[in-house]
Amino acid sequence: MKRYSAFAVVKEAFSYHQGWERAWRSPEPKSHYDVIIIGAGGHGLATAYYLAKNHGLTNVAVLEKSWLGGGNTGRNTSIIRSNYLQPASAAIYELSRSLYEDLSQKLNFNIMFSPRGVLMLCQTEHELRAMKRTSHANRLAGIDTELVGPARVAKLCPIINIDGPRYPVLGGLWQPRGGTARHDAIAWGYARAACAMGVDILQQCEVTGIDREATDSGGRVKGVQTTRGAITCSKLAIIVAGNSGVLAEMAGFRLPIESLPLQALVSEPIKPCLDIVVMANTVHGYMSQSDKGEMVIGGGSDGYNAYTQRGSFHHVEETVRALCETFPIISRLKMLRQWGGTVDMTGDRSPIIGKTPVEGIFINGGWGTGGFKSIPGSGWAMAATVAKGEPDELAGPFGLDRFTEGRMIDESVAAAVAH
Amino acid sequence: MLILTCPNCGAECAETELAPGGEAHLKRFGPGSSDEDFAGYLFERKNPRGVHFERWRHAFGCGKWFHAARCTVTLEVFGTYSAQTTEPPRHIIDAIKAKRPDWEA
Repeated sequence: MKRYSAFAVVKEAFSYHQGWERAWRSPEPKSHYDVIIIGAGGHGLATAYYLAKNHGLTNVAVLEKSWLGGGNTGRNTSIIRSNYLQPASAAIYELSRSLYEDLSQKLNFNIMFSPRGVLMLCQTEHELRAMKRTSHANRLAGIDTELVGPARVAKLCPIINIDGPRYPVLGGLWQPRGGTARHDAIAWGYARAACAMGVDILQQCEVTGIDREATDSGGRVKGVQTTRGAITCSKLAIIVAGNSGVLAEMAGFRLPIESLPLQALVSEPIKPCLDIVVMANTVHGYMSQSDKGEMVIGGGSDGYNAYTQRGSFHHVEETVRALCETFPIISRLKMLRQWGGTVDMTGDRSPIIGKTPVEGIFINGGWGTGGFKSIPGSGWAMAATVAKGEPDELAGPFGLDRFTEGRMIDESVAAAVAH
Repeated sequence: MLILTCPNCGAECAETELAPGGEAHLKRFGPGSSDEDFAGYLFERKNPRGVHFERWRHAFGCGKWFHAARCTVTLEVFGTYSAQTTEPPRHIIDAIKAKRPDWEA
């Protein structure tokens, strides 16, 4: 792999920039891999990268039915934060946020991490109290957040309507180290770095079946059938946001997951007016401004199962209405694009990382609406889990068995988040 | 916009008039059942990519529950039917088979 640097740009300029190599190889599938990862999104590629980097496993393939980073990795609103209430979530999301900080240097790929700060508004007494609790929990977990009053909110974000008629702003939970990053670059950066260590990334390679051999308990994985032929493996990692249920059915088990559309939209580009990320959870909308000047807007997910990747019209209306109320300045903005992704929701709104009923198959999914921010931490924990065959300290609480054992990590009521 | 016909009152409703109620025909397991059955009933869901049977409530209308057969990929609706059924009725299965010959119940 040729390193990207200022020197390289100058050097390549002498040969008219014809010398740049492809960022990752497109090899033919081998007949066997130690680990096969299904899904070349952020989480799958991060897992491949940390398997190679932290655990020395390089006979690894990442299979992707379409092109890499074409699912939810390229469809989110790219917000990074870790202000979660429960200790298990705080640990993995904070690791993730901290890994983002120097990821550009580690991957030698500019992911444009911008720690501009994330502000979660408190617009009811109840929300204010819940955020106060979260801020204390964060302090105990070593996460840098603070509860700020309306005056500070107005200073951090002058365009907010502080004294709105319906939901005046009573305060906010401020995480100065949160922010955004370039979402596609995360997938590209991990893909390039993993490929350089010997990982095979096989695009246009859809898994059509999972081969198992019978054992006394649940069976054991043998390999996968794909549109590019059969491939055998020792371990299989299913990391397919939005399709976890489909892959689980191929492997012969069911998950406590339902897949819903979640949509986002961007406005026409305007001059800089919002230099932080603002989430207004009571009215249900969140917004940041991209480097291009577009307002990037997200809202709530649909209420019923669908794999449409577009979502309902009335959710767009609700989201835009909420944001016009919070930011009256945007009321005349035109929206340029609207799109949707399929999010895998679990009952407690926390992800599933760990073993499955089938020996040798591991799963990482159910990140719901919060998958992007967790990519590095999720890949880190998943790689350790796959390499050792047992969940590590980070992944342990997120096992599939937590449902039957009643160890829910209840972020659906705890997270200060638009779920 | 998803439009379903309420089989109870006959109204054609847009999704804003309805409340989704999740997977239909779950078999309830209670006291005396095995742990696996109980966990399956409580947590595990089909979540199919394709034909799906769901519960809906005509929340801003007659207020009654009903069932719908719908494709989760295209949002095509195959029909709606009474909530007082433990499995999809014959005419719904036929309507699905007519449009999706490969589909297996």
